[in-house]
Amino acid sequence: MKKTNFAKFILSINGISRNVRMQIIKFFVYLGGLTSLFAKTIFWIFIPPLRKWQTLEQMARIGVASSPIVLLISFFTGMVLALQSAYQMQKVSAEMYIASLVALSLTRELGPVLTALIVAGRCGASITAEVGTMKVTEQIDALETLSANPIKYLVVPRFIALVVMLPLLTIYSDFFGIIGGYVIGVGKLNIAHSMYVKMTYEPLALKDVMTGLIKSFSFAVIICLISCFEGMNADEGAEGVGRATTSSVVRSFIMIIIVDCFLTALFYFVMR
Amino acid sequence: MIELIDISKKLEGNQVLDKLNLKIETGESMVIIGRSGCGKSVLLKHIIGLMRPDSGRVLVDGRDITDMNSKELNALRSNFGMLFQGAALFDSLSVLENVGFRHIEYTNENINEIQKKVAECLSMVGLEGVERLKPAALSGGMKKRVGLARAIAMNPRIILFDEPTTGLDPIMGDIINDLIRSLHEKLNITSITVTHDMKSAYKIADRIAMLYDKRIIALGTPEEIQNSTDPIVKQFITGAAKGPITNGA
Repeated sequence: MKKTNFAKFILSINGISRNVRMQIIKFFVYLGGLTSLFAKTIFWIFIPPLRKWQTLEQMARIGVASSPIVLLISFFTGMVLALQSAYQMQKVSAEMYIASLVALSLTRELGPVLTALIVAGRCGASITAEVGTMKVTEQIDALETLSANPIKYLVVPRFIALVVMLPLLTIYSDFFGIIGGYVIGVGKLNIAHSMYVKMTYEPLALKDVMTGLIKSFSFAVIICLISCFEGMNADEGAEGVGRATTSSVVRSFIMIIIVDCFLTALFYFVMR
Repeated sequence: MIELIDISKKLEGNQVLDKLNLKIETGESMVIIGRSGCGKSVLLKHIIGLMRPDSGRVLVDGRDITDMNSKELNALRSNFGMLFQGAALFDSLSVLENVGFRHIEYTNENINEIQKKVAECLSMVGLEGVERLKPAALSGGMKKRVGLARAIAMNPRIILFDEPTTGLDPIMGDIINDLIRSLHEKLNITSITVTHDMKSAYKIADRIAMLYDKRIIALGTPEEIQNSTDPIVKQFITGAAKGPITNGA
């Protein structure tokens, strides 16, 4: 009897480990697919003609159309950040450091990450749905039969638009986040205007903004690759496109957070 | 001439084509018939290089397309036009941009010349004044016609039709059949059609090939297929519910 239970236990361990092995293999296959798509995208960027109108259209869709929501979220995040830090800072009479804390957290961390999450949710999902629909309605096959490379035609304009617009949106988000913090700092916590401005810009070095921009550039690459890859591999039918869209958003979010953690550690140890 | 030699293809673990052989002569209208899901569209995609076989060769005018790189394949595809099952028009482009896609992308022609050529192609399929419309504003039959106009826009030598009458009412289906036949004769092209619509097959075909159980099991003129004594062919062309196909014989 004992032997049977032990055999069952071994079998279940074996089953679990096989499952884990399969998941690891799937992960590396997925990563391989993304790497291959990245290499092909970089290759096709340098093959003329540059589809400038399509790229500008994507820039408008990704950058300009996302700006109201980025403004709203970063402004309120700046306000919340100021209020939450005031909760602790007031205890040690260090309210004037609220401005520095808001500015540094926004430019180094929250600005790039929040903007990337907004763009991944808003534009990444839309890219996957669009490309996925093209895949299941054979429009991607039609492109190939018309001698047009789908990566050149579909991925490259979105890639350029994202790597240009996401860092710009991040700067925009940093600015409005700082304004949000200012509204609370000066309006509610009675910090003097000149003091708030001084304490915002004095500790802020170029490298703080640059690390944020390097992060947002990396996030742009992640969003574009995942959303296009998921769309191009969508299963048949509306259900397949829906699944691909959900998967695109979830995987982009996870990758953004993982890469953010990795880059933050890198900047912490390398650029101190 | 197009030759498919010992083509085998497995999709998601299922053998779809198994050592399939078929020869399509230049200038003929070949119709491939078979049940839904038997691999007709897969076969068509092998001819234009959208899919590569697991084994076997696809020869177009003596050149093997299975080992061509993407540049060679793209050059070869300029000889092809294809009408997809759902027309596969690009949603974000107008009818003018869809039909004139290759002209806009690969030639230096000005917009007036392109407009003129697009209008000519549209009039060949019986459409006028729809250049500015988006595909979403077109009916199913109009979409197929625009797809057909796009397929003939660069004067291809070979046109592939994937289920050209599926989803259309019988009258529109017959109009599309007439169009395919008249374009085939007018433009002197090789056309390959996959369909399970026997009325369409008899009207379009010079020769009919039947795909069953991963291979071509019958090949002949429409009359020969109609008079075939093969019980599988007989059941399929008569559309009988009972017979060797449904009994798994």
